[in-house]
Amino acid sequence: MKLVTAIIKPFKLDEVREALSAIGVQGITVTEVKGFGRQKGHTELYRGAEYVVDFLPKVKIEAAVKTELLDQVIEAIEKSANTGKIGDGKIFVFELEHVIRIRTGETGADAL
Amino acid sequence: MKKGTAHMKRLIGLCALAGALAFGGAALAQEKKDAPASVAPAASAPAAAPAPVPAAAPAPAPRLDSGDTAWMLTSTMLVILMTIPGLALFYGGLARSKNMLSVLMQVFVIFSLISILWAVYGFSLAFAGEGRFIGGFDKLFLAGTKPDTLSSALATIPEYVFIAFQGTFAAITTALIVGSFAERVKFSAVLVFAVIWFTLAYLPIAHMVWGGGLLAKDGALDFAGGTVVHINAGVAGLVGAYMVGKRVGYGREALTPHSLTLTMVGASLLWVGWFGFNAGSAGAANGVAGLAFINTILATAAAAVSWIAGEAIGRGKASMLGAASGAVAGLVAVTPAAGFVGPMGSIILGLVAGLACLWGVTGLKRMLKADDAFDVFGVHGVGGIVGALLTGVFAAPGLGGTQAAEFSIASQVFIQAKSVVLTMAWSAVVAFVAYKVADLAFGLRVPEEEEREGLDITAHGESAYS
Repeated sequence: MKLVTAIIKPFKLDEVREALSAIGVQGITVTEVKGFGRQKGHTELYRGAEYVVDFLPKVKIEAAVKTELLDQVIEAIEKSANTGKIGDGKIFVFELEHVIRIRTGETGADAL
Repeated sequence: MKKGTAHMKRLIGLCALAGALAFGGAALAQEKKDAPASVAPAASAPAAAPAPVPAAAPAPAPRLDSGDTAWMLTSTMLVILMTIPGLALFYGGLARSKNMLSVLMQVFVIFSLISILWAVYGFSLAFAGEGRFIGGFDKLFLAGTKPDTLSSALATIPEYVFIAFQGTFAAITTALIVGSFAERVKFSAVLVFAVIWFTLAYLPIAHMVWGGGLLAKDGALDFAGGTVVHINAGVAGLVGAYMVGKRVGYGREALTPHSLTLTMVGASLLWVGWFGFNAGSAGAANGVAGLAFINTILATAAAAVSWIAGEAIGRGKASMLGAASGAVAGLVAVTPAAGFVGPMGSIILGLVAGLACLWGVTGLKRMLKADDAFDVFGVHGVGGIVGALLTGVFAAPGLGGTQAAEFSIASQVFIQAKSVVLTMAWSAVVAFVAYKVADLAFGLRVPEEEEREGLDITAHGESAYS
């Protein structure tokens, strides 16, 4: 099992969700986050005061998937979150040790 | 310790000076109390008589005019709307969300506190008696006023209406100052400061300009309170920004406005309320009120446009905050001019004020090196000065103003400048004393930890947004 974490542009969330549903991903967790990467921040000007905003708003999605689905998941996110412009985000893949469904007590791939 | 003692000495000296000035004026007023009270109409200077004042000939006894009274009641409510919620939201939106309630509270409570003091002694010291610097104690606790008493200043409306109308001016002027030291000041210190400054700065200046004192006799034109309200408050704000000190993180951390939406709502309420302030200062439902009304639209619009044009040219983007700030700058600048200049004059006045105040919150602010949090001096001080001086220009009949043919721009601008300088000096000295007293009584600032956590929680025990 793998845990796929992706940082994407906020307005791409719906497309990514649809793409993942389409390939059979059962659920994802979404968090609003801020961060910086190669995309530069912007400056804000309030009367005489100028502030550089370094941290841009992004959305982080997490999906726990079966290993055999991994390549499809990566491809789906890559395609649906892509705008071709700087700041599209990144995908991180982690080894997932254990999963438990709280309601039934199922474990492992059955709990995904 | 040495420094403290020096401060104390200066404080005592200044207290004595301010006290002597205030009570000297009061004594003067007492001496003359037998003379008939011929208080000039609010905001009307010798050269212009907007209110229907009875002629010198055996005039019919003044009678209440229901149209005038209805308009003045409406104007009074409009000025209240300017303050709460208008000014409170304008400032509140500029604060960080953790300080939202503290700003709203300061404006709301100052409005309440000053309203009470106005009835107890403020009205009397501003409008009773003929002292050069301050009125008298004849109308303490509104003595002698009954429902059918007609105003001694505006003969066609009840005295109670005039008192209420003028009371709202005192309250908003004092509330304007909180924008400079917001986000780090102690609530108790604000209240102490407000009482002292209202008593020793607002009341004397209001008396000098409107109550028949020094500046009125000098011929200064101030239709609705450019000097009394805006320069007065702007200077007190600047002194406060220096004395309370900079906010933690000023110049290093982002101290960004938390809701420019609310700031826009506040600025718009200010604009609407200002019709009561300016057109109400005609003192009657008449042609001068109409002139002040249209000028309050035009100068404001012009300043909003010139501010954002200045921004767009200077820095590439026109901002909502710029439009709102420009509008307030225009409102401030047209305040002394509203019933004296023509509509085209007020457009030019507004255009100049927008650019001047844009400089006030950028170039001038950098030079002053004070953390005037919401630019009380940059907008109200600078806008007030520009308005006061240009009133002396555009009041000229040749430029569309309402003054007589022999009006001299040069001498009027000189008179205007004198009133500006006197107001700035007076307000600065009193403000310094008032902050010192508040500092000795409670301390001016909250501890750094509380400032970081936010005044809403630490001073008031509640949060604006949950």
